[in-house]
Amino acid sequence: MKQGQFEQLYQSLWQGLAKDIAELEKPNGKLLASELTSFAARYRKVCHLHALAEDRRYSSHLVDSLADLVVRGHQQLYRRKQPIVHQLTSFVVAEFPRLVRRQQSYIWWATALLYLPALVLFLAILWQPDLVYTVTSPEQVSQFEEMYDPSNRVLGSARDSETNMQMFGFYIYNNISVSFRTFASGIMLGVGSIFFLIYNGLLFGAVSGHLTNAGFTETFFTFVIAHGSFELTAIAIAGAAGLKLGYSLLAPGNFTRLESLKRGAAVAIKLMYGVIIMLVFAAFIEAFWSSNNIFDPWQKYLVGGFLWLLVISYFVFSGRHLRGENGDQSR
Amino acid sequence: MLLDTRHSLETPEGASLPLTPAGFGVRCIAQLIDIFIRTIAYMILAIPISFIDSSGGVILIMVFLLEWFYPVFFEVTRHGRTPGKKSMKIHVINDDATPVTFAPSLLRNLLRVVDLLPVFYLTGIITSLCNKQFKRLGDLAAGTMVVYDIPAVRDPSFDAKGQMPVPSDFSTDEQRALLAFAERSKFLSSERQSELAIILQPVIHAKDPVIAIKQMANTLVGKY
Repeated sequence: MKQGQFEQLYQSLWQGLAKDIAELEKPNGKLLASELTSFAARYRKVCHLHALAEDRRYSSHLVDSLADLVVRGHQQLYRRKQPIVHQLTSFVVAEFPRLVRRQQSYIWWATALLYLPALVLFLAILWQPDLVYTVTSPEQVSQFEEMYDPSNRVLGSARDSETNMQMFGFYIYNNISVSFRTFASGIMLGVGSIFFLIYNGLLFGAVSGHLTNAGFTETFFTFVIAHGSFELTAIAIAGAAGLKLGYSLLAPGNFTRLESLKRGAAVAIKLMYGVIIMLVFAAFIEAFWSSNNIFDPWQKYLVGGFLWLLVISYFVFSGRHLRGENGDQSR
Repeated sequence: MLLDTRHSLETPEGASLPLTPAGFGVRCIAQLIDIFIRTIAYMILAIPISFIDSSGGVILIMVFLLEWFYPVFFEVTRHGRTPGKKSMKIHVINDDATPVTFAPSLLRNLLRVVDLLPVFYLTGIITSLCNKQFKRLGDLAAGTMVVYDIPAVRDPSFDAKGQMPVPSDFSTDEQRALLAFAERSKFLSSERQSELAIILQPVIHAKDPVIAIKQMANTLVGKY
């Protein structure tokens, strides 16, 4: 068949497809139902025509414009739905706690790497107070002392609402950035995540140990107990996601290392969605509740304890009785 | 064409998509442009902070979003193109050549903090030199790659008139070479044109090979 004949026969087909693809490429492009149902069939036909045109050595001009349609049609036909908005609730209610349960070996490791150093250094500082300077500088220590000194305490809200807002922004910026780094550095065979988990644990242990020695326990623990439930758990999960990255590289099993990394990363990033949500919560509590001194210590301990119970029971129970607990594909 | 960086991807339809991965040079420039745009955004954010103190919290949230989500936002909503990438005519795609989606985009941009270790993206550059698609660590883990935009097929205009049949055994790539010659001849001296065209003389046996090739190009695009 001559090229001219070929073009005459099929031109309307690829021009129609080109029009539809251009429509789909617009941000809010819509097609009629009939056009959509026939899209895949028409696309396959154009792929076929492109192959024919190339094989029959029709002019490269024709071949290249058909190739352009093949690429753009492919992008439209196989594009994935972007589920962020629609699936947010199902993610929070079921998918995230399920994922955490399924990945619990990593979570336990990360939790241990965070809390054991904290506990060890806490006890060590109770016994040898000078050990606090192994992880923090003297300036930092005096800064912390000043922050939690009961004599600096003002009755009522410790900070005005403007500072609360400012601290909210700071906690969002700082804590989520820390969790991102804890996660990302896990790709270095897990070493980075392990480092950040232990380091954050040591820092927490040092500060709490030192302030206990100084006798500021009440101001300190009433401050951290509430948001700690979300924040510490989120950091542990971020570390676990990083460990997952590192482990999938170290022990790929039946996959190539690259394939194993891709699969591990696809699961880990979902854990990170949950971490972001948790840290936004934590920042909110930390900025607007933890700093508030209107309440008695026992009330703050009660709310803090309740929040810990909430976080733990969320991960233990949420999504367990809904359909599909074990029917998911991601391991 | 053994030396080019083309990466062809076979689709379920049996078509192969020609993709050209972008190396670190062009990506580096794109990144510099993005950094420049972000710096300007920071400066604009800094103006209200100097007037009202209370906006500090909002500003910090904006800084956080700019720092971590600037590339994600543009890659997801603009078919894989941040402003920098767009100006360098490159974009991010998933490994199956579909526009990049949220999860892979977030993943590759979070892992950027490892790629830029220890300095100047050294990890990313070394990694991208170790694979054919110039993927940095973030791309490897997320299953994404950065490719050049495919230039739209233009209707070219050549300076010669008339048509001449193209020998039937010319392959598509050889036809592309004819077209490229006709198109680029505007930038070549007439001596250089005939010097190049004479190479084809044993195959096309024309009186004036330069005119002949341009006329063949006319035939290829259907012009007179």
